[in-house]
Amino acid sequence: MAKVILPTALRAFADGQKEVEAAGSTVGEVLEALAAAYPDLKRHLYDDAGKLRQYVNVFLGEDSIRDFGGLAAPTKEDSVVTLVPAIAGGREAS
Amino acid sequence: MSERVRIRNEVIGAVKVEAEAAYPYECCGFLLGSDANPGADADDAASRTVEAILAVKNEREGDPARRRFSIGPQDYLAAERKAEETGLDLVGIYHSHPDHPAVPSETDLAQALPWYTYLIVSAERGAAGDVAAWRLAEDRSAFAPEEIKVVW
Repeated sequence: MAKVILPTALRAFADGQKEVEAAGSTVGEVLEALAAAYPDLKRHLYDDAGKLRQYVNVFLGEDSIRDFGGLAAPTKEDSVVTLVPAIAGGREAS
Repeated sequence: MSERVRIRNEVIGAVKVEAEAAYPYECCGFLLGSDANPGADADDAASRTVEAILAVKNEREGDPARRRFSIGPQDYLAAERKAEETGLDLVGIYHSHPDHPAVPSETDLAQALPWYTYLIVSAERGAAGDVAAWRLAEDRSAFAPEEIKVVW
């Protein structure tokens, strides 16, 4: 099973764990298995339309999955998937 | 229920210094500390203590940096490593609102992560003012205020 490393903000929704294992042959499948195993985590990973939230960056090993086919990027038994939040905000109104 | 976060006095001071130095642009960075209750059910009101800040470069530049901030993934990963090295956890984010109240905006809400303490400092005409702490509601609908307990 692939290993998924969670940022501190999301560990609270996976019983406080930093690393969890999840099965799947692609990054997308691994993340779906993760969400199925930890339902409280799901709403913070996916929006109402079922798409990964904008702030969720996914790395496979050292590289962003954007460079490797996105969620279709294949995973192996020893793959390490790291979720890295994009941090953004601001006062906005001019 | 309003939660409470314990924040060291020097953290409040350091965030104000950052806000004033960055004015008229937004400053940003991480809050490092500990949370005795790592579960999602944060009903232990004073379980979180903020011990230090880690200032990060606002990736927004020029005019957009007056009203937006962003922190890149490499800076995030470096901050988590730094926190671990010092035996602390990354427990939140701070940023400034130049000439704007210390209240989360729609932008803040849309981009917000759960669990983190969001510390916002107002910088009115370059002088740091109110400092307020917020946490995203479980259903992501809004930010709820976190009462700040200043500790020495």
